[in-house]
Amino acid sequence: MNLKNISTSVPKKDHKGKVSGQLAYISDVKVENMVYGVLYRSPIAYGKIKSIQLPDLPEGYEAVGAEHITGPNYVKIIKEDQPIFANEWVNYIGEPILMLVGKDLDILYRLLDEVKMELEEHQAIFTLDEAIKQKSSPGVTMASYEFGESLESISAIEQGACQIIEEEYNTGYQEHVYLEPQGMLGIYKEDEIVVQGSMQCLYYIKNALITALACGDDDVRVVQSPTGGGFGGKEEFPSMMACHVAVAAKAVKKSVMLVFDRSEDMVVTTKRHPAKLKYRTALDKEGNIMSMCVEVFLDGGANVGLSSVVLQRALLNSAGVYKIPHFHAKGYVLKTNTVPNGAFRGFGAPQSFAGIESHIGHLSKRANIDPLDYKRKYLVQQGDPTITKGNFRDPILMEDMIEDLLNASNYKKKKAEFQTFNQQNQRYKKGIGTSLFLHGCGFTGSGERDHIKAKVKLYKSKDNQVSLKISNSDMGQGIFTTLSKIVAKELDLPYEEVLYPYPDTKEVPDSGPTVASRTTMIVGKLLERAAKKLKAQWLTGVEQEVTEDYVHREMIPWDEKTFTGDAYPAYSWGVNFVEVEVDTLTGNVKLEKVYANYEVGKVIDDRVMKGQIDGGLAQGLAYGYLEKMTSKEGRIQQKSITDYGPPTSMDVVTIQSKVFDNPYADGPYGAKGAGELTLIGGAPAVQAAIEDALQTSFQQIPITPEVIIESLWMKEGEEG
Amino acid sequence: MIKFNLNGRKIETDAPPTARLLDVIREDFTLIGTKEGCGEGECGACSVFVNNLLQNSCLIPIGSIDGAEVVTIEGIMESDQFKILDESYSEAGGVQCGYCIPGMVMASAALLSQNPHPSEDEIREGISGNLCRCTGYNMIVEAINMAAKKGDGLWKKQ
Repeated sequence: MNLKNISTSVPKKDHKGKVSGQLAYISDVKVENMVYGVLYRSPIAYGKIKSIQLPDLPEGYEAVGAEHITGPNYVKIIKEDQPIFANEWVNYIGEPILMLVGKDLDILYRLLDEVKMELEEHQAIFTLDEAIKQKSSPGVTMASYEFGESLESISAIEQGACQIIEEEYNTGYQEHVYLEPQGMLGIYKEDEIVVQGSMQCLYYIKNALITALACGDDDVRVVQSPTGGGFGGKEEFPSMMACHVAVAAKAVKKSVMLVFDRSEDMVVTTKRHPAKLKYRTALDKEGNIMSMCVEVFLDGGANVGLSSVVLQRALLNSAGVYKIPHFHAKGYVLKTNTVPNGAFRGFGAPQSFAGIESHIGHLSKRANIDPLDYKRKYLVQQGDPTITKGNFRDPILMEDMIEDLLNASNYKKKKAEFQTFNQQNQRYKKGIGTSLFLHGCGFTGSGERDHIKAKVKLYKSKDNQVSLKISNSDMGQGIFTTLSKIVAKELDLPYEEVLYPYPDTKEVPDSGPTVASRTTMIVGKLLERAAKKLKAQWLTGVEQEVTEDYVHREMIPWDEKTFTGDAYPAYSWGVNFVEVEVDTLTGNVKLEKVYANYEVGKVIDDRVMKGQIDGGLAQGLAYGYLEKMTSKEGRIQQKSITDYGPPTSMDVVTIQSKVFDNPYADGPYGAKGAGELTLIGGAPAVQAAIEDALQTSFQQIPITPEVIIESLWMKEGEEG
Repeated sequence: MIKFNLNGRKIETDAPPTARLLDVIREDFTLIGTKEGCGEGECGACSVFVNNLLQNSCLIPIGSIDGAEVVTIEGIMESDQFKILDESYSEAGGVQCGYCIPGMVMASAALLSQNPHPSEDEIREGISGNLCRCTGYNMIVEAINMAAKKGDGLWKKQ
């Protein structure tokens, strides 16, 4: 395989096993002496467990609970607030209380129905609105941050404003719907517990196990199985399942398999945080922005989990891609007695971009300026400060990317055509909408330096075969291919001969979790350096090993307390244009055309990148108008894929995309992050397109047919 | 005892008639290419052919297929049609996490054998019962289009 140009696509490393179905995912695995586990879960949203009565368990069937945990009873994430098995208080419907294990799943489910529990129910908080009202009550605010210009100086600016615009915007849950439901196997061995399964973050799991089992580093081992999609859903959630199977395996001295069916997966696993975003913007008499205050409220669910970090990213993106003259932001993660929310591709940014793009779009209408022209007035440029007093130090190609799409989509002409079409058609209305966005690559602030401290290893065998020894998961995004390619190119080896086995913590150092659009940029760069080092030391026919450690490039130091400094080392950028046709009789939205330009530094593999663009954008668009998940009195209402409504092949259209080159010095071959970026612009562009078609404004996503019909009725009422 | 033909082999099973074909395939015959994504006939990851028709094996009680011919992905793996699909999926970049793919390949084969020269809309309709969360479908649509062209003549109407 010729790797002259790093971007030229190569066959994916794992193609054969996947296309034939012969690659074993965790539910395809059977080991000796294996039993299944099923979880008994809380039937109530908030209360105290008074007593638990188990049915008579047949021989070979056992119950495992909090009493079997040798370490402290929590899943190590950031805070110690998520029990492995709840044993005193329950905080949401579906919270695990105990596990029944045994050979036959049918018998286990029957036994599960026979467990009896006495509970003392307490008043729960079910909605974000209720939590906002009670945010000063103890325990309700789980995290909060505030930054920007002082409210006094903003208030002084507002005094001189021509008008103050206030808007409130709501975003819903988003469910990952990875095609492979969550699954984890705890393999019992005399001297170690091996946990194997579908996961993004091997060392998150390993650290959680060391804590839960109160054991040494060598007593647990974590192995990734082929992972059927992650999207953030397999970032922190698998740590809990890993604790369940490991505790159970140790207790019953058998290997324990825990695999969710789809409805269990949809009801109890983490989701994208529902959010409320409030904007207060001062305008001068021409409609120019003088100042802006943003408040972000995230529904954390019952445990904080990763929510504080999600809130950080939401806040860091709260001004979008714009330079706002005077800016202030504050955000909260609030506790509700609902399923804990967590990581999902974009990690807080999709909510913020949906909100800010909506708000700026609405301001442009007030100023009577085309939304895109209005947005361009405020677009950040190279050298501009970020809202946290960091700096956009690298070239920004957004103007070129926008110009390109104006031409490709024939934007001006189309606007006029749609106007005529809409005048002539009663039932169908067409519209075009745009979104501008960025994504900060890698961990927020000093996370890479202080928390992750990534290390990579390259191993060369006697027969000169090179293997990547890193803890990063290929979950479909293609890093087996892209990272192998980087190493092969550096070493001038055929790509096919570089190996990247499924990671096993016994073999690989901690190169960090597979999250935050960090893998290609951070881990890829470390591998590039390791490969250079190996090349310099290369001895034919000799076993060799090289390692590389993360080196932090000091910029404007990040201070989490004051929320100042460079929040990210680099940014990737995007522009989406979306055309829709809305059926005003049914409220159905049909995508007609989708255009997307991105800048991710340098593309490592064209085909892998296109896969990220099409898949990410399909998820992002659907977040704006198709996918709807709700919770009622603490219970998730959508228990099947059809109830929820992710896109089918009939909902998606061809995406015309282009990626702009803008190599970044600290990325391998100039590459930055790409995986999350592609989702972010979908929802705001689709909202803007629907608004353009209907000449109305929305304050929420998803804009489902019900929302559209209601808004049409309201409009009719207003127009008399 | 229920008898049926699985991938060209006559087989018998003493599984209860209500057992799902999906479980029988996976558990009793350890054919792992047929995946379970939802268990409710919504995602198509468990697609197989029953008497040449594409079916969700999670919805089929084996009592209803006595005497039928069942083909799984393993049953087509050696065929020329599969080789074309394999190549096309690779070249078009249609595979990401891979969990939907065996079912998607079965749906592709079913579509092309019914309609060897499908339009883009017909391809989209042909795989609309198979969910994929990674690709946004377009590269799969492209793979099927490519397979139709590369395998021209192979996909005779049955």
